[in-house]
Formats: sequence, structure tokens, C-alpha cells
Amino acid sequence: MIRLPADKTGKSDQGKNSGAFPGLKRRFGMEVIKKKIKANWQIYLLLLPVILYTLIFNYIPMVGNVIAFEDYKTFKGIFGSEWVGLKHFLRFFSMKKGMTVLWNTLRISIYQLIAGFPLPVILALMINSCKHMRFKKIVQTVTYAPHFISTVVIVAIINVFFSPSSGIISNLLNTLGVIDGPMNTLTSASAFPHLYVWSGIWQGLGWNSIIYIGALSGVDPALHESAIIDGANKLQRCRYIDFPAILPTIVLLLILNCGQLMSVGFEKVFLMQNSLNLSTSEILSTYVYKQGMQQSQYSFSAAVSLFNSVVNFAMLLIVNTIARVQGENSLF
Amino acid sequence: MRGNMKSKNISFDKTFDRVVVCILIIFLLIVAYPLYFVIIASISTPSAVVSGQVILLPKGFSLEGYRKIIEYKQIWKGYANTIIYVILQTLLSVSVTMMAGYALSRKKYPGRTAITVYLTIPMYFSGGLIPTYLWMDKMGLVGNPLVIVLLGAVSVYNVFIARSFIASNIPDELYEAASMDGCSHVKFFLSVVLPLSPAILAVLTLFSAVGQWNSWFNAMLYLKDEAQMPLQAVIRQLITSQSALALATDTGALQGEDMVQQALLTESIKYAVIIVSTLPIMCLYPFVQRYFVKGIMIGSVKG
Repeated sequence: MIRLPADKTGKSDQGKNSGAFPGLKRRFGMEVIKKKIKANWQIYLLLLPVILYTLIFNYIPMVGNVIAFEDYKTFKGIFGSEWVGLKHFLRFFSMKKGMTVLWNTLRISIYQLIAGFPLPVILALMINSCKHMRFKKIVQTVTYAPHFISTVVIVAIINVFFSPSSGIISNLLNTLGVIDGPMNTLTSASAFPHLYVWSGIWQGLGWNSIIYIGALSGVDPALHESAIIDGANKLQRCRYIDFPAILPTIVLLLILNCGQLMSVGFEKVFLMQNSLNLSTSEILSTYVYKQGMQQSQYSFSAAVSLFNSVVNFAMLLIVNTIARVQGENSLF
Repeated sequence: MRGNMKSKNISFDKTFDRVVVCILIIFLLIVAYPLYFVIIASISTPSAVVSGQVILLPKGFSLEGYRKIIEYKQIWKGYANTIIYVILQTLLSVSVTMMAGYALSRKKYPGRTAITVYLTIPMYFSGGLIPTYLWMDKMGLVGNPLVIVLLGAVSVYNVFIARSFIASNIPDELYEAASMDGCSHVKFFLSVVLPLSPAILAVLTLFSAVGQWNSWFNAMLYLKDEAQMPLQAVIRQLITSQSALALATDTGALQGEDMVQQALLTESIKYAVIIVSTLPIMCLYPFVQRYFVKGIMIGSVKG
């Protein structure tokens, strides 16, 4: 997905030119490059917007992360503020709150990974083994649909469904006699991870299966035909043909997911938060937002977020290395 | 012996198929039911919804929630704002992405690797919330609707999707042939690449448009003026704050019976607003679904 192709930018031409005249090699090489740049100036023109955009909206904020090592004051600016080294990082680690926030983030993402990762694989295998085209299409269209609903609306749906006294779930459970009176799922700290993770699975299940369905469509039908002749039943074919076919994709996505263990999205958690479930729903990104935007502790907040992205990147590198050593698919 | 095994397999496969179909139907119902419920709840009498009588079919019939929404000017303002943001950002996004995708798909020019690396780094390492906010503030973009259009307009991931697509559909040799006849890169891009890439244009347009339609965070963070708020921000406000109740009680002070009526109406406004904001995407989506799937597939092919 992200591996860059091996670049062979004009190497062969240069080799041809320099071989016969070793003395002229360097000057000649430089001239060739200059000539090529000139001949391709329009390519650089086409690249200019994306280069400028990335510079302004990605690289400059990246450099802005230095405020994590300063006591940033708005009137002094990034370059005038006092340098304090790792003070904010140490403060975060010494705080009890810091550990809670870290643990909350990890709990949600590990839960999400364990509960949410296998289901799309299973759905894809089932859709693939289903031969009724019309039914298959309906299942796909319906299960992909929630992906397109905005987070704001998803949270609104959660809220009306689990509404303490008038929600359909509360009504249903009351009728069945499971509970008596209003339910407090929305304001319960212990229910928050479940609510968050399972509503996410509801929304993403179908969409996340697309990539596996795509990989399954590449399986050679001849494999299935010969397996049938050899007396394999559908379950066995699923297990020994289809599953191995998507295994590289599974590993790749597992790597990506592990690399994102510390990056639980901000929006949905923030929208689902309330003062009563805060003890499990305060995660790194919402904490960063509150410290930075509401308390104006710019440097401290930037330090927490920088720590978060460094850990993310390190985890990506680690899982990628493990995958490469194991000989499975890797990102780079 | 063999025939025996075969018939055993056939009956096993039949059972297997039935189990699979049953599980798929369960999945289908679990996903579809909440959506269906929101629809029927939005057109039922509020009191029936609240007391749990609406489960499989709408009960009573009331469009009161919708009527209140339609009268609420802020929603339409939000709609208009969102449409403007969607169009501008999509134009920006698609043009920048396609230009970059084309340029990166060509192989023979110096600096290609360096530029690729330059673009890859931000995929893994972002600026973070606070530094980005401070920088936007410095550029005078806080409170400026332009920030909604600009932020997140170009995704490097999409640039790489466009690159893969163009590289596999429009080979270098085609450009070389055209350049013999004096065609420049820009001309080739405009008159050959764009007309030959409707699929990737659709993918990029839809990714960008849906993303912007559904986005809320940037508006919350950067916009201060109510009049500039996009749809999602308006909905968020309507659902959380007391404004839904205020909308229901537009007749002033109320007591007793009326109070209950208004609280019920508030519920029905919530269902209606979910429908009103999601309907355009849900109606459009089945027709363009294949492009989204295509986008995922192109993105998943390495290189």
C-alpha cells in the first residue's frame, strides 16, 4: 500500500554516457541532469502546489512542535520563548492523570483491535462463499452504508437509542424485565469502552471488509475446482484456499492497526464524553485538546501530543520489523 | 467410495450455505435496523416513540419534527455553507492531487525519489493539534472560513492512489510518443491524462466531498461566527444543547401539559434532523458505491 517502487530514475542513461569517457563523467553527468530538469520543468510545475501545500500545512506545524520543549508564550513567539527541555514530558509522566489517560487510550484501542479486527475478515469470507449475486449485493450495500454517516450523527443515534428513559433499548429492556427504570449506559464509565467499540464495529464492519473481498476476488477459480474434485467441502476450501489468499492482506492491515494503537480518533470520543464517564473516556487526543485549547497550556499539550506521535511511529517501525523478520508482508 | 464422499460433501455444503446465509441476514439486520428505526421514529407520533410502541412499524403519523426543522433557518444556512465548503475543497483537492499524481507517475526526471520521500513523511508524522492551531492563528486563518476549505484538502495518501492509477493506465511511452509531436507535460496532462481518468477523478471527488460533508471538528475549532458554521456543527448544537427544546418551545413560556408535549417534540426533532442531514449521502451512495470500492482497491495495491 505504501511501499514506494524502487526508483530507477534515469540511471541506465547515465551509465551509458559516462562509461566511455571517465574523465568527463562528472561534468557530463551534471549537464545531463541539468538538461533533464530543463526538459521536465513542467513536471516540477505540476508538483509545485502539493509541495507548497505540504510545506505550509504539514512541515511548518511539524516544526512548531518545538514548543513542546519550551514555555511557550504567545507574545514571545516560538523563537523567543524560554527553553525548558523535557519539563513538560516529565510532568505528564509524573501525573496520575497522565497514566489514566494513557491507559484509557490503550484500553479502547486494544479492545477495538481484538473485537473489531477479525469480524470484517469473517464477513468477507462469508460474502465470498455466498453464490447468490443479488443477496450478496444487498448485504454489501447495506453494510457499507453506515461508513458514510458522519460522526456527529452516529453519536446522535447512539444517544437516542440509549437515552435513559425514552430510548428504544431502555424501553425494550424494561419490557423484558431485564432492568427496572431508566438505564444509565450513556453516563456510565464502565459502559463507555463497550459502547464506543461496538458502535464503531457497527459502523465500520462492512467497509473494512471491502479490502478482503477485493483480495478474494483475485483467487483463481481453478483452485476451487480442483479442490472440489479432490473432495474438499466448502469449509475446507474456505480454510485452505480463501483464507491463505487473504492472509498477506490481513497481516498488512494488522501491522497498520498495531501502529495506530495509541491513536484513537478524537471526534467520536469527544462527542460521547460527559462528566460522568470521563474516568474511562478521557484519552490522549481529547486530553491534548482540553489542555491546549481550553486551558491554553500550549507547551504541555504539544508535549503530550508529540509523545503520542513518537510512540505511534515507533510502534509502526517495531511491528513492521517483526513482520519483515517473520517473512510476511511489510510496509517498507 | 468416492461418490459417497461427494454426496456427503454436497449435503455438508448445503448446510454450510444455509448457515452462512443466516449469519449474513443477522449481520444485515443488525446494521440496517438502527437506520430503519430512525426513519420510522422520525415519522411517528413522538409519544409513541418515547413509550416504546414504535419497533417494527411507524405508529401514528406526524411530520411535526420535520416541520420544525424546515422552519429552522440555521439548518439551511448550514446546508448552504457545507455545499460551498464541499465544492471549493473538492476542486482544490482534486486538482492538486491529480497534478501531483501525474507528475509522480512519470519516471524519468531528477528528484523524483526525493519528492516522494518528502511527501511520505507527513503520512507518518503530523504536526499535532496545537502547533497547527498556532500556525493557523499566525496566518490569520482562525475565524476565517477559508481554513475549512484549506485544512485537510490534500491528502498524500490520495496523491499516491492517483499516482498508482495513472502509472498503470497511462504508460510513460504514451507521453514519449506525444512529446515527439511537441506535446508538453502540462498539455499532455490536460488533454490526455484527465480525459482518460474519469474513474480516479470520481474516486477523489467522492472521497473529498464525503469527508468535507461529514466534517465537524475543524469548524468547531477554527470558526467563531455562527453564520459560517457547516451543517454538522449546526446539527451538533441542535442535538446537544437546549436549542432543540428551544426550537420546540418557540411559543414562549409553557406549563404542565404543554411542557410534556414540547419535550416529546424535541425527541422527534432529533430523529428528523438525523434524517435531513444524512439523506443526501444515503440517496447518492448506492449509485457511486463502486467508486469508493475502487478507491480502496487502488489504494491497497502496492507501489
